[in-house]
Amino acid sequence: MTQVPDFTLIPGETGDTLVFTGAMLVSTLGPLDRRLRTITTPIAHIDLAGITGIDTVGAWICCRISQETGATIVHADDAATRLIEALRQVDADSPMQAPSRLPVWLRVPDKVGEAVIGMAFGSVAVLSFVGQMILAAGGLLLHPARFRYRALVHQMELVGVNSLAIIGLMSFLVGIVIAQQGAEQLRQFGAEIYTVNLVGRISMRELGILMTAIMVAGRSGSAFAAEIGTMKLTEEVDAMRTIGVAPMEVLVLPRVMATVLMMPLLGVYAAVVAIIGGAFLSQFALGIPFFSFLLRIREVVPIHDVWVAVVKGPVFGLIVALAGCYQGMQVRDNSEEVGKRTTAAVVLAIFTVIVLDAFFAVFFTEINWG
Amino acid sequence: MSESDPSGAPAADTAIAPAAGSTDAGEFAIRVRDLCNAFGTHVVHENLDLDVRRGEILGVVGGSGTGKSVLMRAIIGLQIPESGSIEVLGQSITEARVDADISIRSRWGVLFQGGALFSTLSVGENVEVPLREFYPDIGDDLLSEIARYKVLLTGLSDEAGAKFPSELSGGMRKRAGLARALALDPELLFLDEPTAGLDPIGAAAFDQLILGLQHTLGLTVFLITHDLDTLHEICDRVAVIADKRVIAVGTIPELLALDHPWIQEYFSGPRGRAAMAAHVADHGMADTAVSAERA
Repeated sequence: MTQVPDFTLIPGETGDTLVFTGAMLVSTLGPLDRRLRTITTPIAHIDLAGITGIDTVGAWICCRISQETGATIVHADDAATRLIEALRQVDADSPMQAPSRLPVWLRVPDKVGEAVIGMAFGSVAVLSFVGQMILAAGGLLLHPARFRYRALVHQMELVGVNSLAIIGLMSFLVGIVIAQQGAEQLRQFGAEIYTVNLVGRISMRELGILMTAIMVAGRSGSAFAAEIGTMKLTEEVDAMRTIGVAPMEVLVLPRVMATVLMMPLLGVYAAVVAIIGGAFLSQFALGIPFFSFLLRIREVVPIHDVWVAVVKGPVFGLIVALAGCYQGMQVRDNSEEVGKRTTAAVVLAIFTVIVLDAFFAVFFTEINWG
Repeated sequence: MSESDPSGAPAADTAIAPAAGSTDAGEFAIRVRDLCNAFGTHVVHENLDLDVRRGEILGVVGGSGTGKSVLMRAIIGLQIPESGSIEVLGQSITEARVDADISIRSRWGVLFQGGALFSTLSVGENVEVPLREFYPDIGDDLLSEIARYKVLLTGLSDEAGAKFPSELSGGMRKRAGLARALALDPELLFLDEPTAGLDPIGAAAFDQLILGLQHTLGLTVFLITHDLDTLHEICDRVAVIADKRVIAVGTIPELLALDHPWIQEYFSGPRGRAAMAAHVADHGMADTAVSAERA
């Protein structure tokens, strides 16, 4: 076992002598250093004759006391002398600058200001990002040979095909919940049959596409931000630029196009599965036969409800993919940033989708697609 | 702390007079026996043996993809080998079942190729991380003092200590990584290509830094490098990895005496000759002869 280091102060004529004993190692010096800092009497000598071992931390403490009090170090063996000499070049007076972190009371206004400025510049940056993307898309129209079909198909698989199972399951359950809860309320005035209208219209117009957008934002939008963000950190994006490959063309456009194309398909799919879920529940809980339910859907759900879903889909897809790619491209400096930007991408996408959905609801009612 | 834990002083003494005649187990900091490493069907190491003596700087060379880094990762317990045994400072790495078993972690320091600094912490805070982890009873004042002198010892300035890794150049990151590797005053230092990507002046300064630290702190250094100047300048011995094992260990003159085509090409190629000539011009033939004798 290593010996616990200790010290004693022996008073002398010109000042005290600080006598160390035991092993002066990083593993043992923590408590000792606290006590050493309480010494106020002048120290003339530091005696190291009694120590059983020393490392740079021990040497540093001797060195610091010697620099602060002008004490001379005596009876140091070869190893100790060598260590202390190596550390003499380090000046004890100036403490290391901590990275500038504000005190708490300033941090709040600082964060608020940062957020406001960030929002202002952020909207400009988003616009410029969209502009760059449109330019890149225009460039591809002029040179269609440069278009990355492979990347597009790959992203369509990731965004669309691979999410069929989870979106299907989610929608099926949502359909069941709507039918069950709706029937519960409608039963009170004997209008259980209107469960069909409720499930059909709300799934097709609102919930199918909205839930899909939220799921895709969580699944793919976050993945876009994290993928592109990590590529930014490892300088892959810079490498692409220097090779003459535009990141917009290779990274952003395929992802955006894939999401724009897949979102309406997924939305309608989700609506259909939700209706099937509702029909499934009606069969068992309400006594409405499964196929009667589906036939009734054709009568109560107007075709423009499908158009509503198909119009909203690409818009929501664009927002989700843009948010993901934009936030990913903003990553710099460190890994924490990837996490922050990924969160921002999902939050921004879902929030914008819901706000837009409210506008769409009013708009479609105004044009008599109610 | 294990009972075999020696105090700093004797370790420092071995540094001054390495390669004394004794052959007991305590002489070796690292012992690797019959090590086999494989990724799926791709075999990297087969029956690899290697001994690193206490207090020496061992250079490890080998062509790209011969598994130098894999060997280092296996020794520090990051890569679980297929078979074989690894002993570091008297403790078996291969028999440790969970990470916590490797209590030896506080006695080694590792510098990864890219520095591997924690990107959300400043350089100073990076150095404090291992100290906080192993010795929570160290006060904040002492903690920042230790971090500061470690940073300064590796040749960085005070300003660099307050910076974040993303604000540093590649060379500065390596130095910061070294400062973190040295945080716990380790007996054993693992360096993965410390001078790769540095300018010649920076690389030479880094060599001297490692040599100086090794002399002052009595370190044992396991050094992976492609830098022929580093090999000539600071390595006591060089281990050559080829054909999935260590084919030779020795001083450079000893290695040159072997008639292995890869070794000959490595040290006697145009770059090897230039590095050798530079070394001889700097230190004279005598030094080369002495290092041969020492081994």
